[in-house]
Amino acid sequence: MNILRFLGKSFLKVLEDSGGIFLFFLKSLIYFFTPPFRLKHLIKHMEFIGVKSFLVVFLTALFSGMVTAYQVNIALAKVGSQSILGGAVALTLTRELGPVLTAIVVVARAGSAICAEIGSMRITEQIDALKIMAVNPIQYLISPRLWAAILVVPLLTAIADLIGIAGGYVVGVFLVKIDPGLLTARMTDMVEFKDIMSGILKSIFFGAFLVSVCGYKGYNVRGGAEGVGRATTEAVVVSTVGILVMDYILTTLFF
Amino acid sequence: MIVIKGLRKSFNGFEVLKGVDLALPENHITFIMGQSGTGKSVLLKHIVGLIKPDEGEIRFENQDITKLSEKELQKVRKNIGFLFQEGALFDSMTVGENVAFPLKEHFKLSAKEIKSQVEELLDAVGLLASKDKFPSELSGGMKKRAALARTLALKPKVILFDEPTTGLDPILQVSILQLIKDIKEKYQLTCAIISHDVALALKFADYIAFLHQGRILKFGTPDEIKQAEEEFIQNFLRSALL
Ligand SMILES: Nc1ncnc2c1ncn2[C@@H]1O[C@H](COP(=O)(O)OP(=O)(O)OP(=O)(O)O)[C@@H](O)[C@H]1O
Ligand SMILES: [Mg+2]
Repeated sequence: MNILRFLGKSFLKVLEDSGGIFLFFLKSLIYFFTPPFRLKHLIKHMEFIGVKSFLVVFLTALFSGMVTAYQVNIALAKVGSQSILGGAVALTLTRELGPVLTAIVVVARAGSAICAEIGSMRITEQIDALKIMAVNPIQYLISPRLWAAILVVPLLTAIADLIGIAGGYVVGVFLVKIDPGLLTARMTDMVEFKDIMSGILKSIFFGAFLVSVCGYKGYNVRGGAEGVGRATTEAVVVSTVGILVMDYILTTLFF
Repeated sequence: MIVIKGLRKSFNGFEVLKGVDLALPENHITFIMGQSGTGKSVLLKHIVGLIKPDEGEIRFENQDITKLSEKELQKVRKNIGFLFQEGALFDSMTVGENVAFPLKEHFKLSAKEIKSQVEELLDAVGLLASKDKFPSELSGGMKKRAALARTLALKPKVILFDEPTTGLDPILQVSILQLIKDIKEKYQLTCAIISHDVALALKFADYIAFLHQGRILKFGTPDEIKQAEEEFIQNFLRSALL
């Protein structure tokens, strides 16, 4: 009985949160186009999310590309078709690893910071202060961050794709000793434009999703510094798991 | 100008306001006094729509604030300033940027005009030297004064002050209240001030309202309050003079 009650309660909480996050997302999305326009803020947050995540994205993509090439090579060696290594690595990266890893890095790097910052503004009444001064807090705080992520996360993903493929190339050419001409030829044969685009499109959803979750959790913080800590942990967990679930759903339905 | 009728509010089953009736007379300073935790801050937050009541109405310029949407409230809020008990300064901005914020948001002013207004406001609260400091680098009293300057920047018709003088030294307390009074006269403001300081209230108030056990126990001029028969008020006044 208790288990049922617990499950019921958790289910209701998830429904409530999902509804809340979705409404929050829609408001943030739309308010951006109501005056006063916050272009300066947009650029500032693009810098925060993009430039400051760049190094981590770079390293993550490089090593993921290299290790993917290494592992895929082991599999391909068993059937003797190592020449498609470059193509296999590029497909994995552009369709899956690029967008997903980039989004998760951005959650860790920028999402957690967004949640903590908005949350501490909530508990020190700074959000109420915005309201009092007749400024819409969602329009001021969340909209520019949401649009920054929508614009920047796909760019980071494109960079991650490129770096990852370069990592795979290095492993393929120098470690596995595949002929570089053959490797790139098979790669361009196998990877189509729509493969790259599917990853980029997914990353737009991930960017919007992670800011909505982290912003929502911060915006609705309750209960002091501890509350901010709890909300930040929740935001990171929900965003990360959510991105993986969304990835599966989007991939099977659309891409 | 602001009329509150039958305002009730509970938090988690605990009734804080039990039917508050209060009118803030236009162009006057009303002090709101009462014990800690009786709901003075909660009462003021209702007037700016930060908290929605369970029952009752708040009239401002012929509309019931409690029924307004967030969008309609924005218009009202341009006319009602609010000083938070803890200041609520934006900690990512310097003192000067905090004061400039409402000016940039709501007035079409040149950078030069904003700068001169900010400096004038900071000078009035004695913080000109701290213009480029961040809130975390200020003392409690300095934060309060910076927040006061930010509240004044919007030039509202009504200003609600949640403990503007608590935590300041006696000289500053008087000078801040004098400043509020001067500004009130200059711009024809309606002010409500929460304070625990009986002497200051008797000196600076046009009217005093006592909030006790969720209701307004007594409303009157300082002289009327001094003559009040209610035992709670006499106790309150006497304790202050010990
Ligand atoms: N957001 C809230 N949620 C739950 N309870 C609250 C909330 N805000 C205030 N309260 C409760 O309402 C009561 C009145 O609080 P309020 O802050 O108005 O007191 P106050 O009269 O301003 O006291 P002080 O003079 O100490 O500032 C307190 O019991 C407080 O716990
Ligand atoms: Mg209070």
